[in-house]
This record gives sequence, structure tokens and C-alpha cells, in this order.
Amino acid sequence: MSKAIALTAPLSLDQVRSLAAGDEVRLSGIVVTARDAAHRYLVERDDSDGMPFDLGDGVIYHCGPIMRRVGARWEAVSAGPTTSDRMEIYEPRVIDRYRVRAILGKGGMGPATVEALKVSGAVYLAAASGAGALLARKIVSIKRVWKLEDFGEPEAMWELEVRDFPAIVAMDTRGGNLYAEVERRSAEALATLRGKRFGG
Amino acid sequence: MDILQAVVELLKVAATDLPDDVEQALASALSKETGALPRSALSATLENICAARKDARPICQDTGVPIFFVTAARGTSYEGMADVLSEAVRIATRVVPLRPNAVDSLTGKNSGDGVGPGVPVIYFKEWQQHYHIIDLLMKGGGSENVGATYKLPDPAMGAQRDVDGVRRAVLDAVFRAQGRGCPPYIIGVGVAGTKDDAAVLSKRQLLRRLGDKSEVNGVSRFENEVLSEINSLGIGPAGLSGNTTALAVKMAVHARHPATFFVDVAFGCWAHRRRRMRFGDGKAEYE
Repeated sequence: MSKAIALTAPLSLDQVRSLAAGDEVRLSGIVVTARDAAHRYLVERDDSDGMPFDLGDGVIYHCGPIMRRVGARWEAVSAGPTTSDRMEIYEPRVIDRYRVRAILGKGGMGPATVEALKVSGAVYLAAASGAGALLARKIVSIKRVWKLEDFGEPEAMWELEVRDFPAIVAMDTRGGNLYAEVERRSAEALATLRGKRFGG
Repeated sequence: MDILQAVVELLKVAATDLPDDVEQALASALSKETGALPRSALSATLENICAARKDARPICQDTGVPIFFVTAARGTSYEGMADVLSEAVRIATRVVPLRPNAVDSLTGKNSGDGVGPGVPVIYFKEWQQHYHIIDLLMKGGGSENVGATYKLPDPAMGAQRDVDGVRRAVLDAVFRAQGRGCPPYIIGVGVAGTKDDAAVLSKRQLLRRLGDKSEVNGVSRFENEVLSEINSLGIGPAGLSGNTTALAVKMAVHARHPATFFVDVAFGCWAHRRRRMRFGDGKAEYE
């Protein structure tokens, strides 16, 4: 792994296409959180409902943060990634409809998302699993929140400005996929273990 | 100190400060990894643990479902204790803060205070001593979602109704989980004759310190051998490859019905929010 690549969101198609699975990145700029309820909403909503941000060329972060009100502002207390694969049933439609350039999450996604990343030109970035305290320190400001009343704090869409947020390109625009490689090798190891018996 | 305050403190310590044995196991895992990806994942993990402790903020934003295993002082009423625990969760949700994680299963409405029907989860027993022991797990959704129950025999896995069948179930569960539940994992295994008993038994194993040894004949050997087999799968920290997929395997076995054989596999994520409080005479001790 070479030195981390600096990225600033919104991201250009060319920039995203130049990334390869295994690259380490530091992301700055705007990201918008969306998890289970928000993904369903993004697929089903009407274009004219007043959603206050444009996700085009943007980054969606699979995250249900802990936020705290400090006077009139919000502050991120703990904000690491949630498991991405629950969003698999919506993600290809979200990528296609909004032309997002990056999904930031953990644990990887399934074949439909791999295909959508290729077709639209987008990447999947793995953020440090469970590192909520550390990653909250990379959030420099909270721009706004949408659907807080309807969805509750974890599921609302939070528009965040991040600086030097660390991540790894885990799935790229050409089908490169770190998780698929790990799964293939672990399946071989499992087959070997199934050939043995305990105590045998 | 009253017990309400003491339980709020228990929730705070659990959410913000990882137990020493888990932190040591993660540090030792880092020394055994050579690949850039697993090293980077474990370094971020260790850095995060320090950041959380220093800032007194939750290690992970998913502060989970609080699961209390209460061993109550002689004469304690369940209702009184349950009220205290729920109120402590409400207060901790505001002051730590914890993430409000109680959502109406059908309408999706978040209660906002961390409490709802069946939440927090409470297992209660009374004993003859004059103090309480309260064990707490704050169980995140990611690791809970990869847990699995198996019914043996299972022809597809080649699992018969014996110890090797249990081993096959555990390996299958870890393989299916891949990196989705935040490895390195702590694996709890419960073997029993009803699926509810197997599920509670596997959860209880997550309360054990990583270095403790089962006294039951053969169990310790099983735990060690299956741990090394899990680590040969190569899933690794954060599921990005490596030698450390689990930090420990902990198993307990109950009697079963002649016709039934349930194996439940519970996963703890690396951010293993496990704490114990001893409370008596207005004094609380935490471990």
C-alpha cells in the first residue's frame, strides 16, 4: 500500500475511475449519512419533496451517528460506519438515480452493487469498523439534518463536512473487490477444514 | 451512591472504556499481522480505543442493546430492579450520550430514550448474598445480525450430533459472517436442547474473560482448536484478510432432549462492551 490519496468530495468521475481496490485514501469535503430507512426513502421519494442536498458526485456514508446539541449547533460524538450489506436491496437504484460517486461503509456489498459501481462509475470505501470515537474527530462540522423527526437520530440524513477521513478503496469501478477475494480464499480454507473431524 | 447512579456509571464505563483483556488481545493480534490491510485495521482499532477513553465518548456509535444479567441480593424484587435498569438507560442515553436504539419493530418509530418493550434486555436471578452482581453487555447490531442458530444434524455441513458437528456449525457461522460483524470476533457457543436456552447460553459466554478456562471436560480443548481453525479462514480484522478473525471461542453445554440438538453461535465484535458491577452497602466496584 502506498501513501494515502487525498480526495475532496464532490468527486469527479475521472478521479473515481483512477482509484483501485487496496488504495488508501483520506477524504475531505461533504458526505451525507444514509442507512436503512434513508435508503428506502431515497428510492421511493418524489423528486419535489424538498430534500435539501444534491447527492450528485457525492458520498453516501452508511452511518447512524451519536449526535449532541451544543447550543444551536450539532456535534458528532461517535460516528463510525454501519454494516453496508443491509443496504444492498436499495443501493444500485440509489447509485443510478443520484449518480453518487462513493459509498462509505463497512463489510462490503453484494453483486448488484458491484455491477452498479461499474456501470455508474463509483467506488465503495471501507471506513474503520467500529471506530466511532476516532472518526467523529474527523467531522469538522454538521451542515444540516434531514428527516430527524420521521427517522430518529440514527436513521436521519446528516450532512457532514469531514477532513482527512481515513478509508480504503475496497470495491472499485472495474470490479476489483477486496471482500470477494477474502471470501473466495476463506471458502477454500473452510472446505479443507470440513475434510477433517474434531479430534481426528 | 445509590444503585441508579451506579448503573448509569456502569453503562458509561462499558460504552467508553474497553476491558483490559480485550485491548491486550487486540494489541497482541497486531503484532501477529504482517499484511498492510489487517495492520491498518487493527491500528485504527487501537487508536480508536484510546480516543474513546481520552474523550470519554462511546467507542462505537452503535452503543447497542443493553443486556443485563442480574444476580440480585437476597430479597430483591424483579420489578424494582427492572425499573432501576430502565431508568439508568434513559439517563445514560441523555448524559453519556448513548445512541437511542429502541425502535418500534413495526412502525419504525424511535422511542428516543433507549427504552422500549423488551429493551433493555434483563435476565434476573436472586442469590443468598447481600450484594448484587450486574453483568452488562452492550450488544451492537452488526455483530448481533451475524449470529446464527443451527439444528443438528445438518447434512450440507456434514454435521452430525456430536462435538464435531458443533465445530462445523461454528465454522459455518464465521464463514457466513465474513467481515460484516466487525472482526476480530469473540465467539460464544451454546449447545442445548431448546433454541431459547442455546441462545441465552451462547450470549452468556460473551461475559467470560478472554483468558478464563472452562472446567468442563474437553471444552477448553475444543475452544482452543476451533479458535485456531477460525483464524485459518483468513477473514481477518475488518474482513480485509489477515490471521486474526477471532480473539476467543467460549462454549457451554447443557443437556438436551434425545430428539433435539441446537447450537447457537453468538458474535461479539472487537468493541466488546462487557462490564461487571458488584454493588452492596451503597458502594459500586467495576471490572
